Amino acid sequence: MARVVVDVMLKPEILDPQGQAVQRALPRLGFKGIADVRQGKRFELELEGPADDAALAEIHKMAETFLANTVIEDFTVRVEDDAR
Amino acid sequence: MTARIGVVTFPGSLDDGDALRAVKLAGAEPVSLWHRDKDLHQVDGVVLPGGFSYGDYLRCGAIARFSPVMETVIERAKDGMPVLGICNGFQVLCESHLLPGALTRNDHLHFICRDQKLRIENADTAWTRDYTAGQEITVPLKNGEGGYVADERTLDELEAEGRVVARYLDVNPNGSRRDIAGITNAAGNVVGLMPHPEHAVEALTGPTTEGLPFFTSVLKQLVNV
Repeated sequence: MARVVVDVMLKPEILDPQGQAVQRALPRLGFKGIADVRQGKRFELELEGPADDAALAEIHKMAETFLANTVIEDFTVRVEDDAR
Repeated sequence: MTARIGVVTFPGSLDDGDALRAVKLAGAEPVSLWHRDKDLHQVDGVVLPGGFSYGDYLRCGAIARFSPVMETVIERAKDGMPVLGICNGFQVLCESHLLPGALTRNDHLHFICRDQKLRIENADTAWTRDYTAGQEITVPLKNGEGGYVADERTLDELEAEGRVVARYLDVNPNGSRRDIAGITNAAGNVVGLMPHPEHAVEALTGPTTEGLPFFTSVLKQLVNV
């Protein structure tokens, strides 16, 4: 069984008020040196079969139409190493 | 014969009751539509109400957009059927790509609930004919993710084609680009609006009755057709 991870992030030009709020909280909590925070989503997909080209093409389509809103978000698809 | 206006109920819709009531007060026949039913029951127009469809999971409106009823709504909207999306309904219309852009978390992160002043910029859409361009109205606004965003080219296009339907006045409550509160598609039959005209249709419960013309406008549109 393969695991595929889809990461979804707001596009750089879209304001991320949640990320900003996290960043502003950091110094108060004693964490220093963080210039910027962007918050996103991570989807872990457990495949029934192998992560072959066909499966990855399907996941790409899924990410583009459903998991991400490509008007405001970018996404990446990667197969996770399953040496567990 | 009076027009039949449908209001869709998704799991998590909140304002379907008020929208049905606004339709009735405007003089149309309100028809309840169910998210799992593809059949629009011979309605002449559809309102997608406010609320938190499917718990706002994934993104606001992202799951509702793929519901059976939306398949038919999207198809009919492309053929010119009037569709009004209010708040969560606006988010559904953007997710459906019937309207450009997207709605994102309010820039100040707070949920906001207030009576909001607006200027009607376009009085030529199916839902705004009973206003005059430049008219100022006050209706309730309540949202957590109401910040309208689109790329600069899309925003310029919306402005140039007069597709900004309403703009926030005095205060921009959520960080919307160019104070945009509502937009329309090129044909003018699909309108998305973040504030809630359906809560401003009766003196007893609303701050004004200045939301009612959204619902009477569509009747005029349908009679003219």
